[in-house]
Amino acid sequence: MKKPTLRFITVTLAAAGLLSAEVPGVIAIRNARIHTASGPVITGGTVVIRDGLIAAVGTGAAIPADAWVVEGNALSVYPGLIDALSRWGIPGAPAPAGGTGRFATPPGPSPLADPSPGPAPGPTPSPATTGPPAMGPEDRPSNTSWVNAQDLVRSSDRGITSARSAGFTTAITYPTTGIFAGQGAAINLAGDKPGQMVVAAPTGLYLSLNARSFSSFPGSLMGVIAYIRQVYLDADHYQAAQKEYAASPRGRRRPDYDRALEGVLGAPRILLPATRNVEIERMLRFAADLKRPAILYGGHEAYRSADALKNAGAPILIDLKWPEAPRELDPERRDSLRTLEMREKAPGAPAVLAKAGVRFAFYSGGVERPADLRGAVRKAITAGLTEEQALRALTLTPAEIYGVADRIGSIEIGKIANLVITDGNLFDESSKIKFVLIDGVKYDPVTEPAGPAQGSARTEVVQ
Amino acid sequence: MKLLSNLVLLDLVLFAPTCLPAADIVIQNARILTVTKGNLTGSILIRDGKIQEVAEKVLAPPGAQIIDAGGQFVMPGIIDCHSHIAAESINESSISVSSMVGIEDVLDPEEISIYRALAGGVTTANVLHGSANAIGGKCSVIKTRWGKDARGILFDGSKPGIKFALGENPKRRGGSTTPGAVLRYPATRMGVEDVIRQAFTDAKFYQAAWKDHAAKKARGEQVSPPRRDLKLEPLVEVLEGKRLVHAHCYRADEILMLLRVADDFGFKIRTLQHVLEGYKVAREIAAHGAGASTFSDWWAYKVEAYDAIPFNAAIMHKKGVLVSLNSDSAELMRHLNTEAAKTLKYGGLTEDEALAMITINPAKQLMVESRVGSIEAGKDADLVLYDKHPLSNYAKVQKVLIEGEVYFDRDKDVSGRAEIEARRKALNEKQRRQRRPAAPSKPAASRRPV
Repeated sequence: MKKPTLRFITVTLAAAGLLSAEVPGVIAIRNARIHTASGPVITGGTVVIRDGLIAAVGTGAAIPADAWVVEGNALSVYPGLIDALSRWGIPGAPAPAGGTGRFATPPGPSPLADPSPGPAPGPTPSPATTGPPAMGPEDRPSNTSWVNAQDLVRSSDRGITSARSAGFTTAITYPTTGIFAGQGAAINLAGDKPGQMVVAAPTGLYLSLNARSFSSFPGSLMGVIAYIRQVYLDADHYQAAQKEYAASPRGRRRPDYDRALEGVLGAPRILLPATRNVEIERMLRFAADLKRPAILYGGHEAYRSADALKNAGAPILIDLKWPEAPRELDPERRDSLRTLEMREKAPGAPAVLAKAGVRFAFYSGGVERPADLRGAVRKAITAGLTEEQALRALTLTPAEIYGVADRIGSIEIGKIANLVITDGNLFDESSKIKFVLIDGVKYDPVTEPAGPAQGSARTEVVQ
Repeated sequence: MKLLSNLVLLDLVLFAPTCLPAADIVIQNARILTVTKGNLTGSILIRDGKIQEVAEKVLAPPGAQIIDAGGQFVMPGIIDCHSHIAAESINESSISVSSMVGIEDVLDPEEISIYRALAGGVTTANVLHGSANAIGGKCSVIKTRWGKDARGILFDGSKPGIKFALGENPKRRGGSTTPGAVLRYPATRMGVEDVIRQAFTDAKFYQAAWKDHAAKKARGEQVSPPRRDLKLEPLVEVLEGKRLVHAHCYRADEILMLLRVADDFGFKIRTLQHVLEGYKVAREIAAHGAGASTFSDWWAYKVEAYDAIPFNAAIMHKKGVLVSLNSDSAELMRHLNTEAAKTLKYGGLTEDEALAMITINPAKQLMVESRVGSIEAGKDADLVLYDKHPLSNYAKVQKVLIEGEVYFDRDKDVSGRAEIEARRKALNEKQRRQRRPAAPSKPAASRRPV
C-alpha cells in the first residue's frame, strides 16, 4: 500500500465557533464492528474519515484511494465517549458533586485566579471564602456566571490524557467553584491550542447549592435557594430595563451593567444538583419555578424518581462515583436503612430510568481516575442496564441533552470524527482501547501511570 | 422519655403508609375528648377524611371501615406551634433580615423526626425558621403525613408565617469576642428594635412603589414595574395582614418593645414564642391580641431565660392570652401531652384547658381552627388514639389518623421492626464485605495535586 502523506488542511468550523483546526487527511477503518449509537450495529463495516469528519459509514462504503487503511478485523468502533459533566481541561477545578446545602468544601483554585492560558495556577483563595461578607443577593456572592469554560481550558491539562486513554473524546466541562460557577463548554479532549478543542459553547450554567458560611450570605441551603430565585427575578428585570433603554435612551436613566446577570441571561440552560429523591423533586419544582430549562446532576437515588423526572421531562446526569461504605469503617457505625439501600441500589438507577424513558447521561463526578469509569458503567450494566443503553448514555444522549447531537455523539456521516477503537466489547473488562480518534487525529492510549500522568502520545499516522 | 425505640424508628424511613383511607370510617367504643365540646363515650364517623358525626351512637354506613377503640381514648391530633423538624436548614444566620428565605424550599419529608412526632400524636406542626436574626425566614405549617412528598406534607390552606427573634440570639453576632469573627449588626436589644423598624420602613416604601405602579397602570400609563424584592415582599404581606408573625422572645421589656413596634407600623404579632416572662406582661399581650406559645417548665438555659416560672402558661391563660405549649425540639415534640398535663399541677387548669394548649389553642394561633384542633363535625379527621388518658404519664399513642388515613399504628410499627432490622443487617454485612481493604494511597493520575 502506498504510504500516504498527511495533508493538513484548515477548515473553518463556523458552527463550533472555531477559528481554525488542523485535521489530517483520510482514514478508513474497514471490516470492523461499528456501534453507531444512532442505529443498529454494523458488522464488517467501514468508516471513512476525511478532514476530521466522518465521510462514510456502512458495509458498502468505498475506500478512497488516498486513505490510510486500518484493518478492522477483530476491532470494534464506537463513537467517542462523552463526559456529560466534567472538569477535564480546566486545571484545578473541583469535582462536581451532587450534594446540597453543605458549606463549600475548601475549593480548588478559582477559575478566576488565572483566566489566561499559561502555567497552571497555584492554589488561590476562592471568592467563596474571601472578601467582605455578602449582605444579600444584591452583592451577588459566589456568582461568576460570566466565566466561560472555553476561556479556562488548557490543552496541557493532564486530565485530558488520562480521559482520552479511557475512551473519552469529549467533555462537557464546567467551572465548578461557587453558586453560579460559570458556563460550560463541550470540548474535544485534544488540540494544540485551547481554541481548537471547543466543540460548542455555552452548554449551560453550572449551579451548586453550597452555602458560603454562617457569616456571609447565603449561609444556608434555603438562603442559596432564595438567592438564586432573586437573581433570576433580577435578571428578568435587568433584561427588560436594558431593552427599554436601548429602545429610547434619551431622557432615561441608564441601567447599570451587571456581569453576574449577563451570565445568567446568556445561559441556554441551568444545571442543578440533586442526588437524593427529595433533592430531585425539590430541584424539579425549583427549575419550574425559575422557568428555566434544567439538567439535574447527581442522581444516585433516581431509582425512586423516575416518574417525577419523566413528568417534568428533565434529563438527569448520573455521577459514576457510586456511593459506597467508607473504607475505614467504625465497626460500631450504624448506617440507616436508607443509606444502605442507596448504596445498594444506586447503580441500578440508570436501568430504572431507561425503562421509564427518562433521558440520562453519565458523568465522571467523584471518580478520580478516568480509567475507573468503564468499571463504574459496568456496575450499572450488572444492575440491569443494557449495553446499548449504557453506550447511548455515554455518547448520543449527552450530545442530545446539550443540543450538540448535530456534530458529535454517534457515527454518522458529517459528524466530527471522534471515535474509540477497541479490540472487543467496550464494556468487557478484558477488552482494550486500541486508539481513539479526535477530530480525525489518532491518539494511542497511555497506560495509567501510578504517578502523575505523562504527556500525550500523539501519533502521526504513518505506516 | 422515649416511647419507641430510636434505632428501629430510624430505619422505618422506607415504609410509607400503604393503607388508603376507606370512604367511611367509624371509630367505635371510644372515650372521646373533643376538647371543645366536652367528653363522651361513643363513636366518630369519618367521611372523606372529615369528621362527619360525633355521638354516643353512630349509624355505621354499609362498607364502612370499623376501628374498635376498645374503650381507649381519642383526642384531636396534637398541634405544635414551634418546631424545627422536617427541614434541611433552619437558620439563614448571615444577615439580620433574612425574610427572603423560606422553610418550604428545604422541606425534607423523609426526615425521621416527622415519623417520631407522628408517633407522639402530633399531626400539625408550625415549622419555623431559627432565631438567629431579628427578622428570620418564612415558615411552613405541615401535617405529619409520613410517606408523602414535600408538597404532600404541607398544610394546604394554612396562612403563611414568618419568624422574628428578639434578645440574645439576634444580637449575639454583633458583639462576638471570638478572634476573627465577622461582626453583624445589631449588638444590643436597641439594635434589634432598630433592625425591625428599618426593615418595615423599607417595606412601606416598597409597598408604596408597587401601589404607585398599580395606580399608574390603572390610568393606562406605560410604566415598567419596580424590581421585585423577595426580602421585602413578605414584610409587605405582614403589613397587609396576609402573613402571621411568630416572634421568639423571652424578656418582658423586649415583648413590650415588639408590641409597640407592631402598633406603630400597624400590624399584629400573631404569636410570641417562648415568651418566658409573658406572665409579667400578660395583660399587654392580651390587649394586643397576640398569642403566646411557651414551654411548660424549661428554662435557665441562658441568662434571658432565668426569670421564668412553671405557672407562666396558666397565668397568661387566666389573664386572657391565647396560650399554647410548644416543643421547639424533636424529642419534646413526642410527648406534648405530658407537657400539657403539667399545667394541671402548675396553675390548676382543667383537663380541657390543658388539652386545649396543644390542640385548639395552637390551631387558633395558626388560624387553622376551622380545620383542626378539636373533635367536631366538619373538621379534618386528625385523631390520636391513646391507651390511657393522654394527660397520664403512662399513656401511649396507639394509632394516629390524619384526614381519616392511618399514618401511625403502634402494632404495625412493633411487628415490622424485626424485618427492618434483618434487612438493615443483611445490607450492612454485604457492604462491609464488598468494601475493599484500604489500598496504599496513590496520587490521582487525572488531577493535579492541589
